[in-house]
Amino acid sequence: MNVQKQPGPDLAPPASSVGVIGWLRKNLFSSAPNTVLTLVAAYLIYITLVPAFQWAFLNADWVGDSREACDSGGACWVFVAVRFDQFMYGFYPEAEYWRINLAFGLLIALMVPLFIEKFSRKGMLAAFILIVYPVIAYYLFSGGAFGLVHVETSLWGGLSLTLVLAGVGIVAALPIGIVLALGRRSGMPIVRAVSVVFIEFWRGVPLITVLFMSSVMLPLFLPEGTHFDKLLRAMIGIVMFQSAYMAEVVRGGLQAIPKGQYEAAQALGLSYWKTMGLIVLPQALKLVIPGIVNTFIALFKDTTLVLIIGLFDLLATIQSAFSDPNWLGYSVEGYVFAAATFWIFCFSMSRYSQALERKLHTGHAR
Amino acid sequence: MILGVVAIANYLFTNTLHNLEQRGISTGFGFLSMEAGFGILQTLIPYDETYTFGRTFLVGLLNTLLVSGLGIFLATLIGFVMGVARLSSNWLIARIATVYIEIFRNIPLLLQILFWYFAVLQPLPQPRQSLDLGGMFFLNNRGFYLPAPVFEAGFNLVWIALAIAVVVVFFMARWARRRQEETGQQFHTVYVSLAILFGLPLLVFLAAGTPLTWELPALKGFNFKGGVTIIPELMALLTALSIYTGAFIAEAVRSGILAVSHGQTEAAYAVGLRPSVTLRLVIIPQALRVIIPQLTSQFLNLTKNSSLATAVGYPDLVAVFAGTTLNQTGQAVEVIAMTMGVYLTISLTISTFMNWYNKKKQLVER
Repeated sequence: MNVQKQPGPDLAPPASSVGVIGWLRKNLFSSAPNTVLTLVAAYLIYITLVPAFQWAFLNADWVGDSREACDSGGACWVFVAVRFDQFMYGFYPEAEYWRINLAFGLLIALMVPLFIEKFSRKGMLAAFILIVYPVIAYYLFSGGAFGLVHVETSLWGGLSLTLVLAGVGIVAALPIGIVLALGRRSGMPIVRAVSVVFIEFWRGVPLITVLFMSSVMLPLFLPEGTHFDKLLRAMIGIVMFQSAYMAEVVRGGLQAIPKGQYEAAQALGLSYWKTMGLIVLPQALKLVIPGIVNTFIALFKDTTLVLIIGLFDLLATIQSAFSDPNWLGYSVEGYVFAAATFWIFCFSMSRYSQALERKLHTGHAR
Repeated sequence: MILGVVAIANYLFTNTLHNLEQRGISTGFGFLSMEAGFGILQTLIPYDETYTFGRTFLVGLLNTLLVSGLGIFLATLIGFVMGVARLSSNWLIARIATVYIEIFRNIPLLLQILFWYFAVLQPLPQPRQSLDLGGMFFLNNRGFYLPAPVFEAGFNLVWIALAIAVVVVFFMARWARRRQEETGQQFHTVYVSLAILFGLPLLVFLAAGTPLTWELPALKGFNFKGGVTIIPELMALLTALSIYTGAFIAEAVRSGILAVSHGQTEAAYAVGLRPSVTLRLVIIPQALRVIIPQLTSQFLNLTKNSSLATAVGYPDLVAVFAGTTLNQTGQAVEVIAMTMGVYLTISLTISTFMNWYNKKKQLVER
């Protein structure tokens, strides 16, 4: 009798469930309707993406300094390249570009330590960025002191204006939003009523009417002769609008803090402001960081609306470049460039917010 | 604090009155009955230059409601399809949905509106070289031309038949549910309802001698006459609004479906429900509870975002009333207040309705 003492060699796994073919079978061709769906989708991708890719890369023109360089039939990125400085800095004097670069370089340098786990003084650094940095940046942009030439705000433009609007919006909207959120949950009926009306009013109207209001009506509200910068008026509108949204985000965080925290703080004899400042807000704000980032993304996209009241942010600068008689007919390239720029900013922020959400919600992970 | 608020309000109010007097702007709503004297591109109600400013308000309001209503319908459709597609077991379909959502969510809406209008619809051919889709639909840079239905004398009978069918289906559904509760026997309500809803009007339609004809658009002179015209401004706005909001709704739908724990599905299969029934009776009712609040805020956003119409010149409330009418009358305070009032009313109405619906759905839980 022949008894096999050693186990035989492993059989190869069934070809239909592993490897490329198994993957294809499982994910693309699992049933007849799925197969049809896959084939139709693949065909649609083929007929749209291939020409788009050829237009944007293979047949595109990249170098040159006039429209004569664009003769290969694809995208004319020369248009974007020639006007790149304008898209970034607007009508800011060319000799002063270094000031904008310095301001943003400084901001990035200051922000880097915030993302380093081991850096221990994040709170102080954040306070510095939120309070001291805006002053430095204001003088760098506007000048008029420390031997810097004064640059009118009407010359600001391009991507740098978009970033300034978004930056001012977030820095100013956060504290106002926190105050409004506290007001809405306050025990004093009048404070609560004022906060509720304020929040619901700004959340109920479109930003464009707010911008119209701040550019048309604000001068009417103030004493005669008060001169108000157009950019400042737009900023006030954006901050009012965004702080109402911020208030709702913060209120979500406040509601998530268990009642025991409030009661324990009161039992220790802490005053209202100490309870909020030392116990509740630090926990609540940490909970809503993803929500704040999402509000910031919305704010960043909303800054494009200043185009309608005549400020030259990135989109408006690109839009105005289309009317240049030397470069007629390249609107698609311009829009694609604008879309790509906004997309990179917004997508990376949303990825960051998702990563934060995962990091902060460790308690619920299963 | 109350005194402070009152004092500020009083200060702003006297300033405003003083400023208005200085500039010779009259106050009050008397301007609403004055003759407007300007034309409007698209009107749903009779309007020409001789109508009043009050009428421009109505025209603008109806145009806003039209684009919001259509936009909400299309965005919900796109959103549900894409949200489900992102969870599809078909890898390619899920990827396409993901790419769609991530791209369009992160590009500013205004940029998308301008892109569709200036980069896609404006370069379309002149009316004489229109794109001909089957001899019935025509697309050119003046708009999209569709056949218009013409109801002839006997068509009222079809409407009556449809009304009868709806009543019959309503009572049949009630009877079927009661019978199932008493005896456990099921009735094919869906198929029978569909048969009655389509069959009865169709029979009457044929019996009455098909009293419906289509009026085809035809090229006369320099443009098309007859049929229904969708102006390019509306098309650009509608496309951008539904694609942009659709991406957000898709995310809401996905998060709603993911919020239903997998155990629910497994339990439903374990008690012998088929996948389609599981989806309809187990997953969707629970997912809706998560989806509806997010859907509400997206509908509100879409309505408010429709005010971006002013960027491409679609005559909505903001473009017509807060734009042209404001410029002609100069009565900024009244005009902006009325415009904001409309949006506030729409917002509060939609959110009240959705809160009521939400509550009704929530009660199902316990």
